[in-house]
Amino acid sequence: MPDWNEQIRQQLAVLKLAPAREAEIVEELAQHAEDRYRELQSSGATEAEARRITLEEISGHELLTRELEAVECTNAPEPIVLGAKNRAHFLTGLGQDLRYGFRTLRKSPGFTAIAMVALALGIGANTAIFSVVNGVLLRPLAYPDPDRLLNIFESNAEFGHYSVAYPNYLDWRRESHSFTDMGAFRSDDFNFTGSGEPEQVAGEYVSASLIPVLGVTPFLGRSFLPEEDRQGAACAVMLSYGFWKQRFAADRNILGRSLTLNAMNCAVVGVLPADFRFRENARVYIPIEQYNSVELRTRESHPGLGVIGRLKPGITIAAAQAEITSIAGGLSRLYPATNAGHGAAVVRVKDDMVGRIRPTLLLLVGAVGFVLIIACANVANLLLARSTARQREFAIRAALGADRGRVVRQLLTESVLLSLGGAVIGLLIARWGTSLVLAAAPGSLPRSGEIGIDPYVLLFTLVVSIVTGVLFGLAPAFHSANANPQESLKEGTRGAGGGRHRTEGVFVAVETGLAVILLAGAGLMMQSIWRLWRVDPGFNTRNILTTQFALSPKVMASPAAIQLAFQQLLERAAAIPGVQAAAITSLVPLGESDSENSFWPGTGPQPPQDRLTSALFYIVTPDYPSVMQIPLRRGRFFNARDNLASPPVIVIDDVMAKHVFPGQDPVGRQISLMVVGPVQIVGVVGHVKHWGLDSDDTNKIRDQMYFPVRQVPDKFLSEAVAGLTLAMRTGREPLSLVNAVRAQVAGPTRDQPIYAVQTMEQIISGSLAERRFTMLLLIIFAATALLLAAVGIYGVMSYAVTRRTHELGIRSALGASRSEIVGLVVRQGMKLAAIGMAAGLVAAVVLTRFMAGLLYGVRPADPSTLAVVILLLGGIALLACYIPARRATAVDPVVALRCE
Amino acid sequence: METQSIDREWKKGSAELLLLSLLETRPRHGYEISKLIEQRSQGALRFHVASLYPLLYRLEKRGWIQGRWVEKSGQRRRRYYRLTSQGRKVLASQREGWQTFVAAIGRITGVENA
Repeated sequence: MPDWNEQIRQQLAVLKLAPAREAEIVEELAQHAEDRYRELQSSGATEAEARRITLEEISGHELLTRELEAVECTNAPEPIVLGAKNRAHFLTGLGQDLRYGFRTLRKSPGFTAIAMVALALGIGANTAIFSVVNGVLLRPLAYPDPDRLLNIFESNAEFGHYSVAYPNYLDWRRESHSFTDMGAFRSDDFNFTGSGEPEQVAGEYVSASLIPVLGVTPFLGRSFLPEEDRQGAACAVMLSYGFWKQRFAADRNILGRSLTLNAMNCAVVGVLPADFRFRENARVYIPIEQYNSVELRTRESHPGLGVIGRLKPGITIAAAQAEITSIAGGLSRLYPATNAGHGAAVVRVKDDMVGRIRPTLLLLVGAVGFVLIIACANVANLLLARSTARQREFAIRAALGADRGRVVRQLLTESVLLSLGGAVIGLLIARWGTSLVLAAAPGSLPRSGEIGIDPYVLLFTLVVSIVTGVLFGLAPAFHSANANPQESLKEGTRGAGGGRHRTEGVFVAVETGLAVILLAGAGLMMQSIWRLWRVDPGFNTRNILTTQFALSPKVMASPAAIQLAFQQLLERAAAIPGVQAAAITSLVPLGESDSENSFWPGTGPQPPQDRLTSALFYIVTPDYPSVMQIPLRRGRFFNARDNLASPPVIVIDDVMAKHVFPGQDPVGRQISLMVVGPVQIVGVVGHVKHWGLDSDDTNKIRDQMYFPVRQVPDKFLSEAVAGLTLAMRTGREPLSLVNAVRAQVAGPTRDQPIYAVQTMEQIISGSLAERRFTMLLLIIFAATALLLAAVGIYGVMSYAVTRRTHELGIRSALGASRSEIVGLVVRQGMKLAAIGMAAGLVAAVVLTRFMAGLLYGVRPADPSTLAVVILLLGGIALLACYIPARRATAVDPVVALRCE
Repeated sequence: METQSIDREWKKGSAELLLLSLLETRPRHGYEISKLIEQRSQGALRFHVASLYPLLYRLEKRGWIQGRWVEKSGQRRRRYYRLTSQGRKVLASQREGWQTFVAAIGRITGVENA
């Protein structure tokens, strides 16, 4: 008779059933096969036939294995039976875990509080930085289809990107086909009068096409009509939502009302939506053709005009760039005197806004990530220590039948609970931290108005906290799950196994290493700022008060009246007690603005644009060098006699003297200026670091010229007036004079407001704002890291001492001295810290290279900075080891030995 | 319709009912069950090893039937299946459902209820 058992076993082999179950099935089926075989034979089949039929029936074309697989190998749709493993059971288990977790955490409030604070610091700092990154880098601009909006700049060899000449913009707009349309804009300040106190409000001149190009629909009223954006048209104005709400109490009948701006009567035609953030502080928008200036009509002037175009669908940025380059090329052939060498460049609006800040933010993201890892390592250490204490609890659970997975799950639930708790506190820290970040970076963060806690930030926090919880919970969880119940349940067992201590050691080393990196970053930033503060800017920055001002609309009518108003203003300012000298200037060094004029040597005709040289062009009154304390090198500065009736004069700086007249005395020589014509050099003054303490040396334009306000041609005077600054050298704290200055500038007619009042030191500190912001955050992160690392080392060492009480007691009973015991403990801790610091040093050398762009006067991986970092961290680690070591010497051998 | 397809189609819907019915009166082993089905259906329905045993195991897993090894003198031991009390309830409800179904089909197709 055939061996049915073997036949069936072969068939079932693929199912890999449990051996006992397989044997049972084989036996039962073989029995059946045998019955069937016999029956077939008794009904007359031959042996071979019977065998064939039986075999066929058994296998049933693999029906048997398929069917058995469905029944035996899956938990497929089966009715719910208590005690079986299934979803419902999983959920009950989870609820149980959560309840149990809550109870355990509540039972040890000290541990829970410390762990949550550490996690809250880590998660909060990460949330704060992420909310900045989210608002600045990730969130799309608040316009429809924002990726198709491009900034279009003029460009040449001296400047990468610079402002556009209005006639060029008009030609670009007319000739290009890559854009659905283009719009132009120019920031300006407007003297808002006729509604109480005169007030200076920030605003924008915009072309009628700009708001449609941006794709913005006004909240009230309409955008400008093309006919309102023509020379000679009646003035129209659109208001920002905030301005409308604050100044006009959100009056819905505002449309058609007339406002006096720069002595023009402008009718309100619309209010922009609340989320319109074209320029964060702009409050009024006026058609650009109302900018009544010759600057707008010539291709020579580049009066701070920006241009934005919206790409047509299907056109690439590269294609638009190619087209605009060819248009600009055509213009420079057509107008060589003004346009030779001028190209045009397109950049995505968002990239232009945030591209510069991106590396800084990414650096901070990295740094803050390290802080979180350190916090995780710390909490993991705490949990490890606790899991040892709880070993008995888990041993009992295991003895009662809990499997490893169940224990791991319980512990992970607890750690995720901890991190979620940390996340809630962290969100509060983040809210506070975000405002701190913004306060630390006034003006240096683009899109700062869009930073806040939104659903993406909340999601980020949630994900980070869950991942964190699992990460720091894993090691302790597996440690507990692997504990041997028998060992743990024995009385008086001292913590089993070296595994835990190795893990702890790794955590301490990782924390220390990451702290080295963060401290190195913070140290390098501090050195850079310190060195920058010590850079000589070329003038005395102390005790200078600067303020912008507007002249009374009444004097704007005639150039003579303007000049007289300047003179009276300066006399009144100089008479203020505490003011030693006062001057008016068109530019303030280290401020945001710059203005250039092109010149050529001699008095010959103007060479083509691409052979002209540009120099910074300061228009100032005679006392400017005394206010700023810029040294006079040769010749003289201006005086009251340098006016329109006398030959035009100019003073240059020593950089320009060396550059244009190498080895010669420039005083008495003639050069020619664009717009102004030939001028005589009457003096040379010291160079001033106009572009910034750090970047002035590398700027392409370093030559500087000073031109007297009194000699500005009449037709340019009214536009030269805009944006002038009154600068005063004071004998006392400059800001204490602000009220007196406000009263004196306002004048008898009380219609000349001052605004943007700053001391020179504030301006300099503003020029360093981005670096300072990075430095401040890195210092905060590094300090947190240092604190957490110290706590981590201290915790591990304290625990080690407690664990070794018995051993240390024996040692001291055998005659080990106090210092030997201290040395023993300190050595153990410092070994871990040293490993961490060595690894951290290597990483710091690699990673600080990424911040090279933010540094000044110090190389990444600067050895002295790293040395200080190691000393600081080493000192703190030593302290963190020493305190527990001291405690170890206090162990009374008798007590230690009795505790068994 | 050919016999074989009747076999396949109807077995699917009714196999559980058939098995439970056969176990209603007394415990039986697998071979006995397959023989009974064949005989009582006069050969129209046949269950072979490949479909019968997986079905038995499934019913056993659901707790409707229970298998037990029984040794009788002079024979190899056999596994007998008996109906559990849960299985009894299932059988009653399946049987009722089946009757309703057949009656409904009968009313629609005009085939007389036997």
